[in-house]
Amino acid sequence: MRQIGIIILKEFFHILRDRRTLLILFGLPVVQILVFGFAITNEIKDARIAILDPSRDQISREVQQRLLSSGYFVLEETAADMDAVLRAFREDRIKMAVIFPSAMQKRFYHDEKVQIQFIADAAEPNTATTLVNYATAIVNDYQMDKLRMDDLPLEIHTEVKMLYNPRMQSVYMFVPGLIVVILTLICAMMTSIALTREKELGTMEVLLVSPVRPFLVILGKVVPYFVLGMIITVMVLLLGRFVFGMPVRGSLALLMAECVLFVLNALALGIFISTRTDSQMVAMMFSLIGLMMPVLLLSGFIFPIESMPWPLQWLSHILPGKWFLIIIKDIMLKGVGFSYVWKETLILIVMLLVILAAGVRNFKIRLA
Amino acid sequence: MNTVISAENLTKKFGDFTAVDRISFEVFQGEIFGFLGANGAGKTTAMKMLTGLLRPTSGKAQVAGFDVYRQPELIKQHIGYMSQRFSLYEDLTVRENIEFYGGIYGLTFKEIRRKIPQLLHELGLLEVERQLVKSLPLGWKQRLAFSIALIHEPRIVFLDEPTGGVDPITRRQFWETIYQSAAQGITIFVTTHYMDEAEYCHRVSMMAQGKIAALGPPKQLKQEFQAQSMDEIFLSIARGAK
Repeated sequence: MRQIGIIILKEFFHILRDRRTLLILFGLPVVQILVFGFAITNEIKDARIAILDPSRDQISREVQQRLLSSGYFVLEETAADMDAVLRAFREDRIKMAVIFPSAMQKRFYHDEKVQIQFIADAAEPNTATTLVNYATAIVNDYQMDKLRMDDLPLEIHTEVKMLYNPRMQSVYMFVPGLIVVILTLICAMMTSIALTREKELGTMEVLLVSPVRPFLVILGKVVPYFVLGMIITVMVLLLGRFVFGMPVRGSLALLMAECVLFVLNALALGIFISTRTDSQMVAMMFSLIGLMMPVLLLSGFIFPIESMPWPLQWLSHILPGKWFLIIIKDIMLKGVGFSYVWKETLILIVMLLVILAAGVRNFKIRLA
Repeated sequence: MNTVISAENLTKKFGDFTAVDRISFEVFQGEIFGFLGANGAGKTTAMKMLTGLLRPTSGKAQVAGFDVYRQPELIKQHIGYMSQRFSLYEDLTVRENIEFYGGIYGLTFKEIRRKIPQLLHELGLLEVERQLVKSLPLGWKQRLAFSIALIHEPRIVFLDEPTGGVDPITRRQFWETIYQSAAQGITIFVTTHYMDEAEYCHRVSMMAQGKIAALGPPKQLKQEFQAQSMDEIFLSIARGAK
């Protein structure tokens, strides 16, 4: 038992003395969360637009006011004609233009049908779609209010409620996602590198010839990464909470327990990788391409799993990260208890056992 | 003479391939036993079986009085091992390396603390005890690795190509250290590629294709093979193997 303490202590020395390792361990989570939090966002604010309004009557002005007071749009230019609008697009001064018809008020009350045209810069398709959707919603809203004032007897009014994330904030999505990515990176990649480094240096040989049981050697190497993984999880949760206001609605104890389960999964993967290769480079490449990429792309963190083609959906099922993401999102956002996530938890436990069994088997083959 | 290692028809097969083919030999206490052979001759496999890392397919072997099948853990406690890469942690200091391996071999902190000054003094490393191992010259690392292999006072020490990549003067010095240890009754089981080093051994065995092709004191072997040097014997055996 004392020997495992010595191995753990030694591993901490390795970690604390290697500046690159430290940077990956603590710099990376902070940078990632800040980048994702501040730079990458689906919300659009203050998009510059041009308005072409030949009517200049009450209705067109009210619509303009609605658009500009929404917070999404800023008036860049009141265009005199279509040429001016197109010039503004070419000069990249505006993302969208709103073209009103002539004599809008008159047509609105007499023909009961007017058209407003939105022209968006689809060189950035996502932004264009979002802007047009915002603008359409605002105009619809205005129309509803107008109809109500005119006392129409029949109307169908849709009311939308965005459950769990009412303001549709992207932090709610990326904090759980980042926990998955960072834990995979630290626990699986760093563990596999730490283990293969001992093989590369030849020190593993000496440890195996020593009276310490191989199992304890591995355990001693892995424990520090478990501890670090948990510290970093707490760090990310705190950053999410106090920098971005990300709530944890469910039980914190349950959340941490699930994190422990996932960290064990990642550690087991790291051990498994290290039994397949003797080189740190290979271990790192394998962790990055075999684990990080799928976790980033297929876990549902960035792209919704529902919209993937079925082979990829199927592939996503074998990623522990996917199930863990479902669990922590449910706990953090929906605030559900264990009875709602037991299935996913069970899947993670089974995966853990399978990976461990495979790792132990490989290890035994090497020794035999 | 006390026998400390004995092998009888020791065999290891990997599937159809026989890596070690019924080798038999004995090593006596205080002896420097050279274990030679070309790459792939089965040296490493044989050594792994003797150090309790690999389970033999058949045959018998005892190391330090313990059976390789039933008591590999006890063997591990009673032998020292030094690999060709010296196996020190470059990002730990000299002192930390000694403390780590001492602890791994089951020494108490008290014992380790008692041993360190004496050990460092013998090695002439007192001044650098708090320096990282990566800053030491190769020869120093080699001697440190050897002392560490002996830290738990084993009766037998296995040296796997301990002089690889080291200059001739350092090699010479290292062999003096080996002689000193042998004189204290420690048995040295050493593999090497350098045939001049084979001459320093009390007895050598040469392996080819999994078998022991020659075994005896260097002088006797030279007479047997009517050779001027160990080099000639090694080449004739290696050629015979092909």
